[in-house]
Amino acid sequence: MQSFTYVIRDPLGLHARPAGLLVKAAAGYASAVTVATPSGKADAKRIMAVMRLAAKQGMELTVTCEGPDEEAACAGLKAFLAENL
Amino acid sequence: MKIGSGLPVYRGVAIGPAVVYRKATGELPEKWDAPEQEQEKFDKACVEAREQLSRLYEQAKQTLGEEQAAIIEVQMLMLDDLDYLEAVQEEISTGSSAAAAARQCGESLAMMFASLDDEYMKARAADIRDVSQRVSGILCGGGEFRLPQGNFILVAEDLAPSETIQLPRERILAIVTQKGSSSSHTAILARTLNIPSIVQADIELDDAENCLVLAVDGFLGQWYADPDVDTLAALQVKQSEAAAKRAALEAYRGKKSITKSGKQVLLCANIGCPADAEAAIAADAEGVGLMRSEFLYLGRSDLPTEEELFAAYRQVAETMQGRPVVIRTLDIGADKQVDYMNLPREENPALGLRGLRICLEREDIFRPQLRAIYRASAYGCLSVMFPMVASVWELRRAKAICGEIRRELIAQGYQLGEVPIGIMIETPAAAVIADSLALEADFFSVGTNDLTQYTLAVDRQNAGLGEFYDPYHPAVMALLAQIAKSAKAAGIWAGICGELGADPKLTETFIQMGYAELSMAPGRILELRKLVCESEV
Repeated sequence: MQSFTYVIRDPLGLHARPAGLLVKAAAGYASAVTVATPSGKADAKRIMAVMRLAAKQGMELTVTCEGPDEEAACAGLKAFLAENL
Repeated sequence: MKIGSGLPVYRGVAIGPAVVYRKATGELPEKWDAPEQEQEKFDKACVEAREQLSRLYEQAKQTLGEEQAAIIEVQMLMLDDLDYLEAVQEEISTGSSAAAAARQCGESLAMMFASLDDEYMKARAADIRDVSQRVSGILCGGGEFRLPQGNFILVAEDLAPSETIQLPRERILAIVTQKGSSSSHTAILARTLNIPSIVQADIELDDAENCLVLAVDGFLGQWYADPDVDTLAALQVKQSEAAAKRAALEAYRGKKSITKSGKQVLLCANIGCPADAEAAIAADAEGVGLMRSEFLYLGRSDLPTEEELFAAYRQVAETMQGRPVVIRTLDIGADKQVDYMNLPREENPALGLRGLRICLEREDIFRPQLRAIYRASAYGCLSVMFPMVASVWELRRAKAICGEIRRELIAQGYQLGEVPIGIMIETPAAAVIADSLALEADFFSVGTNDLTQYTLAVDRQNAGLGEFYDPYHPAVMALLAQIAKSAKAAGIWAGICGELGADPKLTETFIQMGYAELSMAPGRILELRKLVCESEV
């Protein structure tokens, strides 16, 4: 299991569009990916769950990957978040 | 061969396959199969829904831009969401029909979103409902229709503005509707697209669906389902004659619109979305006399952002290459409704909260739009115009807000153009006090459709009132003369952007009254220019 944290910079927070992109990115890995905020946790491959986090700018996300490609997943998603959120 | 007729709204002849657009009935099936078969049906419907959405996505990307299309992309992801799919599976396994399960599970997810303590996520409930309704619509039969490859003639009971926005415009050869009037939105769309169309047609949707070829004669207002050889040949001759006539008008491309005695008018285009600006340029419009902003607000589930509006207005400003563009602020209400604004239902929407009235009540809607217009003014020659003004104070208040926005943007370092401020004259009140309004406005543009409707107290959406809706009524003409006179006295220009603007029977009258600009569907411009250039007035 590997994890990292990321603070949201996008003024709109984790709104529908980046949520959609995140789900697509997470779906590219075999590992189970969860994303958590201080108030909740969601399967990063399920868009409804991710959106329901209603994560805002300044909030800290904890991304956890577990599975055969967890290292690649963590690195990939970290880069993804830095670029899109 | 079956023949029928209706009210023609755009001249021309079209021949092609018919596609019938039916509204979703939304009635759940009364009988259904075992869970296994129902699950199979659901899976199939999801595939179909995905195909529809991806078509819609491509279309939206081209006509509305990537940002708006992203909403549809999110809907596609929702369709793949395991929370949704598993809930439906569970529901079906306990004996529900696929259609009921699709709807019910979508509804409970939507409710969950609606209860979130976050305005943005609350609004996503609409997307979830949209997706699950699409799936259940497919399962109930109906809902979105399948488009054939290539061009087609669209047949429908009636078309709402939010429905026409989803259609692949470039592939529609003609529109035939059972309802609607010559000033309904179907008719306006037909004129914008230059396609022969008939409203109030006595056509059965089943007949249209079952025929191989449908022919539409927009000169006579007649339709022919599976025309016989002779009829078809005659129509083809008519079609090529019409094409030849259009070709002859090409001689007037690039010319100014000046009468023989030297009076010049500006012939401009009415447009609805940024893509229409291309049509305006292609039609050799001398500007945009009316850009209807409401189409940027229709067919979506939340308010467009300042950035989205800015991108749209900037695109129009740039496309028009320095020719003047008049942007009308949001004119929602009456026959154009949007759910997400949560405006109260009205008994009498034509006399209700609409046009500038909404904007003054809801500055949260008005300000982003004005900011977008002012920011886009750096990229072309933009004016702003307010709809549905009845009193001088309304214009003063709107102008005060414009002044604040201008100062705010300059303080933020934006470059702005000049942006003259004008008003639509479409209430009899505004026409009567035009002399006072002319002291406050930089220009007038007369919306003859509403001015006629309000002056004569005749609902223009009501097809049954046809002969009572008389835009040539002496009362309307007297108001038109008075408006032009008041504008002239105050030294401002006046134009006409309603349907009458393109009425060849009135062109000379309008020039004599003193109108300096006529704005119309792009396809009419060369025809009117020929008329102006040949006129003696």
